[in-house]
Amino acid sequence: MKITLHIWRQKNSQERGFMEKHFLDDVSEDMSFLEMLDILNERLIKEGKEAIAFDHDCREGICGACSLTINGTPHGPERATTTCQLHMRKFKDGDTIYVEPFRSKVFKVIKDLVVDRDSLDKIMQAGGYVGISTGNPQDANALPIAKKKADLAMDSAACIGCGACVAACPNGAAMLFVSAKINQYAQLPQGQPENKRRVLKMVRAMDDHGFGACTNMYECEAACPKSISVRFISRMNVNFWKAVLLEE
Amino acid sequence: MSLNSKVPSGPIKDSWDKHRFDMKLINPANKRKYKIIVVGTGLAGGAAAASLAELGYNVEAFTYNDSARRAHSIAAQGGINAAKNYPNDGDSIWRLFYDTVKGGDFRSREANVYRLAQVSNSIIDQCVAQGVPFAREYGGLLDNRSFGGAQVSRTFYARGQTGQQLLLGAYSALMRQVHLGKVKLFVRKEMKDLIIIDGKARGITTRDLVSGKVESYTADAVILATGGYGNVFFLSTNAQACNVTAAYRAYKKGAFFANPCYTQIHPTCIPVSGDHQSKLTLMSESLRNDGRIWVPKKEGDKRPPNQIPENERDYYLERKYPSFGNLSPRDISSRSAKEVCDEGRGVSSTGYGVYLDFKDAIQRLGKKAIEEKYGNLFEMYERIKGDDPYETPMQIYPASHYTMGGLWVDYNLMSTIPGLHVLGEANFSDHGANRLGASALMQGLADGYFVIPYTIADYLANNTPFDKIDTDHPEVKKVEADVKANTDKLMSINGKQTPTQFHRKLGAVMWDNVGMGRNEAGLKKVIKEIPKIREEFWQDLKITGTKEDLNIVLEKAGRVADFLEFAEVMAWDALERDESCGAHFREEHQYPDGEAKRDDENFCHVAAWEYKGVGVKPVRHIEPLEFKDVKLAVRSYK
Repeated sequence: MKITLHIWRQKNSQERGFMEKHFLDDVSEDMSFLEMLDILNERLIKEGKEAIAFDHDCREGICGACSLTINGTPHGPERATTTCQLHMRKFKDGDTIYVEPFRSKVFKVIKDLVVDRDSLDKIMQAGGYVGISTGNPQDANALPIAKKKADLAMDSAACIGCGACVAACPNGAAMLFVSAKINQYAQLPQGQPENKRRVLKMVRAMDDHGFGACTNMYECEAACPKSISVRFISRMNVNFWKAVLLEE
Repeated sequence: MSLNSKVPSGPIKDSWDKHRFDMKLINPANKRKYKIIVVGTGLAGGAAAASLAELGYNVEAFTYNDSARRAHSIAAQGGINAAKNYPNDGDSIWRLFYDTVKGGDFRSREANVYRLAQVSNSIIDQCVAQGVPFAREYGGLLDNRSFGGAQVSRTFYARGQTGQQLLLGAYSALMRQVHLGKVKLFVRKEMKDLIIIDGKARGITTRDLVSGKVESYTADAVILATGGYGNVFFLSTNAQACNVTAAYRAYKKGAFFANPCYTQIHPTCIPVSGDHQSKLTLMSESLRNDGRIWVPKKEGDKRPPNQIPENERDYYLERKYPSFGNLSPRDISSRSAKEVCDEGRGVSSTGYGVYLDFKDAIQRLGKKAIEEKYGNLFEMYERIKGDDPYETPMQIYPASHYTMGGLWVDYNLMSTIPGLHVLGEANFSDHGANRLGASALMQGLADGYFVIPYTIADYLANNTPFDKIDTDHPEVKKVEADVKANTDKLMSINGKQTPTQFHRKLGAVMWDNVGMGRNEAGLKKVIKEIPKIREEFWQDLKITGTKEDLNIVLEKAGRVADFLEFAEVMAWDALERDESCGAHFREEHQYPDGEAKRDDENFCHVAAWEYKGVGVKPVRHIEPLEFKDVKLAVRSYK
């Protein structure tokens, strides 16, 4: 396959970035998108040029490190797929592809396609946990949980924290990410004691870090590589207002 | 130097309890006077950092990823073992212990394994309390499934994402401690060396992956939880950044490296499709619960799988191992796949693949049940291969997956360097020569949550007071200078080949000679070959960009440089272990039916290697293994 690439290059967070054009004529359709970038990077190094920096690690769609905007869509055109799991067979011979970092005011570009998603960890630090320490809790089966609830908790716990939802949202909201974590604990008895406190803290942390608000565009769900449902956002809103109204 | 495992005396059932009582404690008010460095934020590192901080220690945690949640523990799919015996099918702590020792082909330390089985139940309790959404039955209780090497169902799981959910549990505990200020978390910093002062591990030197700055951090004890070295083969199921550097640097500073030749080849990965390939993707072993593995009976049978009639298929695992069948342990399954492919009966475009077929399971249980169990794995497969496993059997082939070898540790998880503790895959202790499925998650969390919080107190209490070391200490400055000199040397070569090219070359010779099958001639050859690649590397490496910047080429070069030295230790270990055991299969030593033939008279020991210089043969030390509770026997899964 012959592929033309326009790739965002940016030296660091201070300098201005620009699109750089590259042409590849030996792309195999069995390659993953990142393997295509590997090949380009190998060529660049041999030509004495600087390799294109991008985040990636597990390359099996679970670590959440990879983060490209491909032809305007976070993680590219295939639904429910991370960039590392996107394969070149989804493109056609002769295609032109635009590759940019995740777009969000909150995610500063560190270099080329690498962005800073530390704010997502900061939201988790504000309350994304059950506040228990390592020790000897009750026997695991002492706490029966209806399968439906456990499944629903798992549906939202599947979030990989990549930030595609933020990058896809016209408002730069992190609502899908935050609601996924809130809902996981809200479904489970273990999460109940801190339910109100958690939702208030996480939502406030989200606001403090400059993420936008939700206006029901559903772009987040469309971009989410794990198909996390926007229904969790409404569940979170219910939780949030309950907490606000009942806050002591 | 003699290796003292510090295993408590007396009956194995009481050894951990007794040891916990014998160890010194540090009173709660004094814990805040100590600082501990934890390198790595996966299951072992994340769990350790959080648990130690909860106890009151000051912890500094390091990861080269952009977030603590990205560690490769996250990719474990299948599950975590525990001896809960919830299904009432005959499991017990003793059976889990026995299965693990047997699965490891009698090359692990009994007392460590027994402790692992003992704390396994606490891990499940702990994770459930954290809100880990394990799979449940309709009655609300936890669901279990069976896994390779066991005849009971003792594996807890969260869809095909168990590693992710357990890691997020540990990560959430860690985030809580970061918020409370008890853990200082450093991301995008890679450990480049270990600082030893007066014979004790007192800190680390790191390179900031964004600014390139070389910095040092000091503490009273150091914990490495830096994972395995499977990427020595270039292609493996490991994440791209997984590397041996932290462990190898500790080895160069005096920590012994134990059993480096024990590397596990996982039987169910997606086969290689071409030269561009950067990694191999694992399909959870849990698929073997319902999938049947087969190849055509005839050599070179190129018909599509659905056109090969039942009587022309060879379900070779079911045929050779009727009682364990498709659930035979990993090493046996992997070697059997290699055998049938070497006979010319392999499938896939390269001839190196076998079928994993769900047709019967779909007929028996229905598509919906299969989808519920393995849906995300099937999707993943389809994305990568472009085939639908509900219709066409999957193609799988073994790939490098996990490394049982690692830094030598005693019962307290301390290496031969006082103060340097090693957890999880980075140490060697629990899996012997072969790890059973769903046991890696168990060991990582056991070490992090339930072992190190006790044992590190004993070290700290026995070595108090600690001299105060700051980053101006001459030894710290010397280590920093060494790290900088190493980087400068890499940057100055200005040759023609990229780090990846060298990695690929190394991987190819390692896979051919120190992979699934090993023999004396091949190992001797590779010991000559590795230094040549290494020499070429230091003469012809090309790195672009600068060292004072985010430089992915320089990062990779540093990791490949260490693999190029480490590979030699692995090959020496494989050569000198002149027997077959578990995943270490020396072709010279097998039973007529192809089973691994152990030599208990001469090799019933741990081999721990001591560094003597680059290119110099390291010194092999021995820790004899005693089997008092499990009788040494030929491992049989027939």
